[in-house]
Amino acid sequence: MNALSDVLSQGAQMSVVLGVAPLLTGFVRKVKARLLRRRGPPLLQPYRDLIRLMRKDVVLADNASWLFRVIPYLIFAGTWVAASLVPTFGNGLLFSWTADLIAIIALLGSARFFQALAGMDVGTAFGGIGSSREVMIASLAEPAMLITVFSVAMIAGSTQLPNVAEFMGSDAVGLRVSLGMAFVALTIVALAENARIPVDNPATHLELTMVHEAMVLEYSGRHLALIDLSSHLKLLLYVSLIACVFLPWGTATADAGVGRLVFGALLYFGKLAVLGFLLAVFETSIAKMRVFRIPEFLGAALMLALLATLLRFVSGSL
Amino acid sequence: MIAVALWSVAALLALAPAGVVLSTRPRGSIILYGGCLIATSTLCVTALSDLLYFPHLTPSATLPIGLPWLGAHFRLDALSAFFLVVVNLGGAAASLFALGYGRHEDSPGRVLPFYPAYLAGMNVVVLANDAFSFLVAWEFMSLTSWAMVVSHHREAENVRAGYVYLLMASFGTLALLLAFGLLASGAGYDFDAIRASHPSAALSGVVVILMLLGAGSKAGLMPLHAWLPLAHPAAPSHVSGLMSGVMTKVAVYGFVRIVFDLLPEPVWWWSMVVLLVGGPSATLGVLYALMQRDIKRVLAYSTIENIGIIFTGLGLALAFKAEGLDWVAALAFTAAMLHVFNHALFKSLLFFGAGAVLGATGERDMEKLGGLIHRMPKTAFAVLVGCVAISALPPFNGFVSEWLTFQAILLSPQLPSWGLKLIIPAVGGLLALAAAFAAACFVKLYGISFLGRPRSDVAASAHETDRFSLTAMLVLAAFCLVAGILPGLFIDALAPVSKNMVGNIMPHQVGLQWLTIVPIAESRSSYNGLLVFLFAALCGTTAATAIHRFASDRLRRAPAWDCGYPDPNPAIQYSASSFSQPIRRVFGSVIFAAREIGEMPPPSSPVPARLRVELHDLIWDVLYAPIAKLIGFATDRINILQFLTIRRYLTLVFVALIVLLLVVAL
Repeated sequence: MNALSDVLSQGAQMSVVLGVAPLLTGFVRKVKARLLRRRGPPLLQPYRDLIRLMRKDVVLADNASWLFRVIPYLIFAGTWVAASLVPTFGNGLLFSWTADLIAIIALLGSARFFQALAGMDVGTAFGGIGSSREVMIASLAEPAMLITVFSVAMIAGSTQLPNVAEFMGSDAVGLRVSLGMAFVALTIVALAENARIPVDNPATHLELTMVHEAMVLEYSGRHLALIDLSSHLKLLLYVSLIACVFLPWGTATADAGVGRLVFGALLYFGKLAVLGFLLAVFETSIAKMRVFRIPEFLGAALMLALLATLLRFVSGSL
Repeated sequence: MIAVALWSVAALLALAPAGVVLSTRPRGSIILYGGCLIATSTLCVTALSDLLYFPHLTPSATLPIGLPWLGAHFRLDALSAFFLVVVNLGGAAASLFALGYGRHEDSPGRVLPFYPAYLAGMNVVVLANDAFSFLVAWEFMSLTSWAMVVSHHREAENVRAGYVYLLMASFGTLALLLAFGLLASGAGYDFDAIRASHPSAALSGVVVILMLLGAGSKAGLMPLHAWLPLAHPAAPSHVSGLMSGVMTKVAVYGFVRIVFDLLPEPVWWWSMVVLLVGGPSATLGVLYALMQRDIKRVLAYSTIENIGIIFTGLGLALAFKAEGLDWVAALAFTAAMLHVFNHALFKSLLFFGAGAVLGATGERDMEKLGGLIHRMPKTAFAVLVGCVAISALPPFNGFVSEWLTFQAILLSPQLPSWGLKLIIPAVGGLLALAAAFAAACFVKLYGISFLGRPRSDVAASAHETDRFSLTAMLVLAAFCLVAGILPGLFIDALAPVSKNMVGNIMPHQVGLQWLTIVPIAESRSSYNGLLVFLFAALCGTTAATAIHRFASDRLRRAPAWDCGYPDPNPAIQYSASSFSQPIRRVFGSVIFAAREIGEMPPPSSPVPARLRVELHDLIWDVLYAPIAKLIGFATDRINILQFLTIRRYLTLVFVALIVLLLVVAL
């Protein structure tokens, strides 16, 4: 009985994130378009794109190996598992002890590892450029993320996300310098990891400026649909993570009733909308950086995260 | 138990002279490697059963060899048993691999006699219970591996590698000799006697530093790593696998045995020294690896990274033990030991993969490979597993030990000393950087050599390797997965080791819900490799079935798209150097003094334009080159003494005698 309800609640969480993720992307696109005084595509366009891609044939390069065909499923599986382990509206995820924050980062790292391999599989110049730049960005973003997690985890005394969220929602937190630094670092990392402006441009197909798009250039049909869906999931994951760690108010606890859950869900969608809106505003107000400016941008995140951790080490209250 | 172990070692030693004869026979290598496989498997099973079922027994034996009146002492406690498992698991896998690989050896007489002796040497180091046997076995291990490094002696590069290796090994042994000399000064050579004596804190500190120099040079800690990327790739691939995956672990054993076991309670600054060496080794090692284009050199440099991670774990364990937090020390120590085991698995696997590629194409240079996944699908699969595991990605084993190390770092604000409070976050940052670089490094290694289009004719016509080698690789790959999804079993097996060395153990893991691993408390952190694996497998298969059921499952083959400009020339692909160019540009200009030199021919000249990349190993330039120069200068001066007349020689002897007498008199 208990195991069954465990599985059911986890399944519900997994389908919620999967269902909502394209909507968030559509929302960000819509807001960006409106800010640029364009009408923009409808909110549900990402769903339509996914369905259209699913229906198309896969056109596979002659030289593509079996790995190239398996990788979309691997990326999707890794991202989906990671996304469904982040508490969204309810905190009572019964499988949340499966993986803590560090493991969630590593799961995303696995997805990225395979994505970079996929970029190199067909043997084109664009795939290589994408993979090479992706690992350069990741080599700074991942440690920045990990050290941010260190500082948050040391403040909360746990790397388990539900416990972190619970602690951050309690009065014991107060205003801390290290938390502020961690927040900025996490935001920068989230921009880089999701291939957003100023690090990468999700809308461009100009070969020399793109990173993520260059890696998936050879994908088509259902494979591309899965990769797109994974990147929607990743955006949702990062937004949920920021919401869960820095805006944890209203998240329903493990033993909450239906009313609290509905309230938590409404509040969660509100948080997504606010953060998505802020992302769109940020993206429209800043220009894309040159590739070799990115290390400086991410280096700032790394330094901030390290400072936050150091503050935590030398002082219990900051 | 110990009798079985010693008889197996004796069998290995007996195989060594047999190797001289066998190397001239056509099927001799099969008999020899088969014999090694049996002996190492026996040792492995013996040690494993000792570790699992009799961890509290410490059988010992004394043989009437070695120093007169002292004899050779051997002892099998939990630590020895664990390292015996590591050594012989790697040894058995290498022997199995060599059953196939060794048949293509062009000069078997230079490898076969030394291989079993090398295995025996490593085993005796781990079993030895007195300083003399330990040092003799250590030296034996160094010399036999040196002999195999120079087995392909016609290549000048290998001879140089052998020379540098021999120098560094002698230096390491010298440091060990001094360390044991200090320890034995009050107690004698027997480890039991040393354990019972209580050397002063200052003396112990000196011993720790000497051990870092001695064991660290063998393990490849920076800045004593210089020989490792030269020597490991030069040996035949199964020996490279042993040197990188296993011999470095024997060095770790030496460090642990002396610093954790033979010395009294640690002082906090020891851990500081260890951490200051371990953390930078981890990051710099993998950064160097990222810059290489020779597969085996990439793997050798990545060993430096992994040794750095292991020493970071050991440093943390020392720090916690010194402050009396022995339950966290147990966590850090277990993390280090688990990484010892994991690294032996995946590094051996990867070196065997490199050996298979070398056997199939004759190339170690990634720029001449590519597309091997089509030609060697099984090798490609096994190597992929190794690459994912070594990049510390779930659900494989490398992640578990790094995760445990991070958990130990997260507990270190509890340490009272300020030095450690400042250093440990920096070391944590270095480890995080190393993890990210490792993933980049192995994307490069795999993507350039196995994916894409073949960059040379040999790569285009490669063939799958033989069945023995494949079995060895696939078995190791399976171990990597099992240790990743059921880490609790391995952590529990390490409990007696950590009990002996740091006085406490991690919480008992098997029996927790769904085989989760919990280092301290569930509310603090937990990880379940099995569930992560099952979830990911479930998600992947659900997506696949749903798509093939409800959406299109049609597939067409067509030329690559490449933005509309596909080029049939494989040279347009990203190469190893171009792949690492962004990282080289970001980090390289400071750390490697990297320079890109474009050579543009004058207009109308038919010479092609070239882009060269210059990298410098700064440690070599700053530390080794001046020493080498100084020694060269001094030897040139002293060289005159070789050409003296009889009269001058006699004068020299006379003056020396006077000086000696004066010294004695004073």
